[in-house]
Amino acid sequence: MYKYDSIDQQIVDERVAQFRGQTERFISGELGEDEFRPLRLQNGLYIQKHAPMLRVAIPYGQLSSTQVRMLAHIARKYDRGYGHFTTRQNIQFNWPKLKRVPDILADLATVEMHAIQTSGNCIRNTTSDQFAGVAHDELIDPRPYAELIRQWSTFHPEFAYLPRKFKIAVNGAIEDRAGTLFHDIGIHTVNDVAGNVAFRILVGGGLGRTPILGHVVREALPKQHLFTYLDAILRVYNRFGRRDNMYKARIKILVKELGLEKFRAEVDAEWAHLKDGPATLTQAEIDRVAAYFVDPDYAVLPTIDAGFERHLVDHKAFARWVERNVFGHKKSGYAAVTLSLKKTGVAPGDATDAQLDAVADLADEFSYGEIRVSHEQNLILADVKKRDLFAVWQRAKTIGFATPNIGLLTDIIACPGGDFCSLANAKSIPVAEAIQRRFDDLDYLFDIGDIAINISGCMNACGHHHVGHIGILGVDKHGAEFYQVTIGGSQGLQAALGKVIGPAFAQDEMADVVEKLIKTYVALRHEDEHFLDTAKRVGMEPFKASVYDKKAGRREAEVAHV
Amino acid sequence: MSDTKIIRDGVIVADDWVLLPTGYDAAFPSGKLIVPLNIFVSRQAELTARTECTGVWMEGHDDLTPISNLIEGLPLIAIHFPKFTDGRGYSTAVLLRTRYSFKGELRATGEVLRDQLFYLRRVGFNAFAVRADKDIVDALKALTDFSESYQASTDQPAPLFRRRATHAPGSAA
Repeated sequence: MYKYDSIDQQIVDERVAQFRGQTERFISGELGEDEFRPLRLQNGLYIQKHAPMLRVAIPYGQLSSTQVRMLAHIARKYDRGYGHFTTRQNIQFNWPKLKRVPDILADLATVEMHAIQTSGNCIRNTTSDQFAGVAHDELIDPRPYAELIRQWSTFHPEFAYLPRKFKIAVNGAIEDRAGTLFHDIGIHTVNDVAGNVAFRILVGGGLGRTPILGHVVREALPKQHLFTYLDAILRVYNRFGRRDNMYKARIKILVKELGLEKFRAEVDAEWAHLKDGPATLTQAEIDRVAAYFVDPDYAVLPTIDAGFERHLVDHKAFARWVERNVFGHKKSGYAAVTLSLKKTGVAPGDATDAQLDAVADLADEFSYGEIRVSHEQNLILADVKKRDLFAVWQRAKTIGFATPNIGLLTDIIACPGGDFCSLANAKSIPVAEAIQRRFDDLDYLFDIGDIAINISGCMNACGHHHVGHIGILGVDKHGAEFYQVTIGGSQGLQAALGKVIGPAFAQDEMADVVEKLIKTYVALRHEDEHFLDTAKRVGMEPFKASVYDKKAGRREAEVAHV
Repeated sequence: MSDTKIIRDGVIVADDWVLLPTGYDAAFPSGKLIVPLNIFVSRQAELTARTECTGVWMEGHDDLTPISNLIEGLPLIAIHFPKFTDGRGYSTAVLLRTRYSFKGELRATGEVLRDQLFYLRRVGFNAFAVRADKDIVDALKALTDFSESYQASTDQPAPLFRRRATHAPGSAA
């Protein structure tokens, strides 16, 4: 993974000093709340319901074991012994004290980490495929380009006060595991007709209040033009994006209002001035960064490992875990392991200091000392030998990270919701837990197969509910917490937005609702038919009938009286 | 000359310009004037006849085309920030310095606070009328918040990657 040189380190160290000064000036009253807010947000610091929340950047989801141990240390020393991995591959601490935040940042800086631009109306942490560099279906490793974008976007002087937040994701595999269609800019690393690395640039995707799929604004941008083209897009957005209404301020609205052709023409006109200028990438810089992302010293191993095969036969539970939590690796004899942070009874994405330390140990012993975070809020050991999988499984069980549910119904994606977040309309965590408890039969879960349930506590859509096969959105109805349900959403190449099935439900109804939807699917599906395909084939009606069942009229009446 | 202080080229100096408000319709006073954009355009003949320097001030979202031919020769342009979170003036500054070859004083006015100064200078501002209730000596410190930056900018046209001595992985300091 990328290692800071003295300049990268100096920039992060100077940031710590700058933020320490800003915090001291705020505490002394020299800096007012309105003046401090954008500054602390650009450093990932929110004032939440109970305490400040600090969001720490994990660039494109990559961590070393040293960094994971530091996260454990921070959870222990400054927080209540745990952290929460987010849907954008970052980690949040929910209980730090404001005056200690500069100390946390100083500790993070010692392991090449920071909280720069993890919130605020600026370019946020760049995200990518959690299996980048090892995926069996990868075309081009996106990590060097994600790192280049990290550096380009860090303290970009022109784009620190954008109309709204700005998120970039980079994907380099056939399958899109980075949600590029739902980002302000999505980038696909591709080969152009001559076989050179190029970028397909998508713009204007996003979830939130107005979910929209991104549009291709440039099909094959030659790699040297990456920064100048991004500068052109951001400049058009910074100058012409709406600032009168925060709900219409994302770039997706500008693209929609101008129309894609007009937007592209504006970008091209701007780019004509920037193209081939000083910000044009050099091959030397691409090579410098790419050199940090070369393969580790893989052993030469047979594809089939006899011990591994024997364990599969002998241990049904292990076989199940392999079926769900082990991902195909490009290198023969290796696999990528997903550690599930979705054990029933634990908030999705939460990890304790002891668990983090244990994961760091696992990474050191079995996976070249590296860990990745997925936007599904799980942790990944990307380079495990097949012959070690049984040992990794046993160790993962002891730390509670071996739930064999990756991609299954209980692998729920959820924001922190109303338990922590001051923006939320409703809680997310208790709904996730109620659903997980209802589906406690592993055989049934495996029979149901791949189902993505996404829960957001409000329209900001941090739980990406629009792209859940079943999406759950917390809404406020006259002061009471209700939940609106969508079905048919999906991410990846076949990305689609879910459709609302009808009136919202109360919190204690949600497990029943999901159970009825699933029963409907199981009853109607053809053999091996995925939930989405069944939903597409039979339409919304059977699902609606199962959950409303002549009660719809009554429910509307109830809601009206809440 | 007023006793108002500004930061110019990294030094605190007395401001020797007078900024006229929007809607100013009286005769122009003597001295160096900063005139609102629409008046600058509508009373151009009058201004040209003056022997003293005239600058112009505008909002970050104002269209530059009406004065595009004049920009290169102007001694001063001020960009007004109604709120420090309105970032449009940053792009306008870049355009003035790069697209319009503006070499004169580029001044930030309005809600100009310490913690924005570093970025403002990077995009091309060299003068800062720090908001009156803030300590200008304190604000000056922000210009040295960082000693290095990644991107190309007006104050450093070569991006870091064109200046960075390349390290092999593992040999990084």
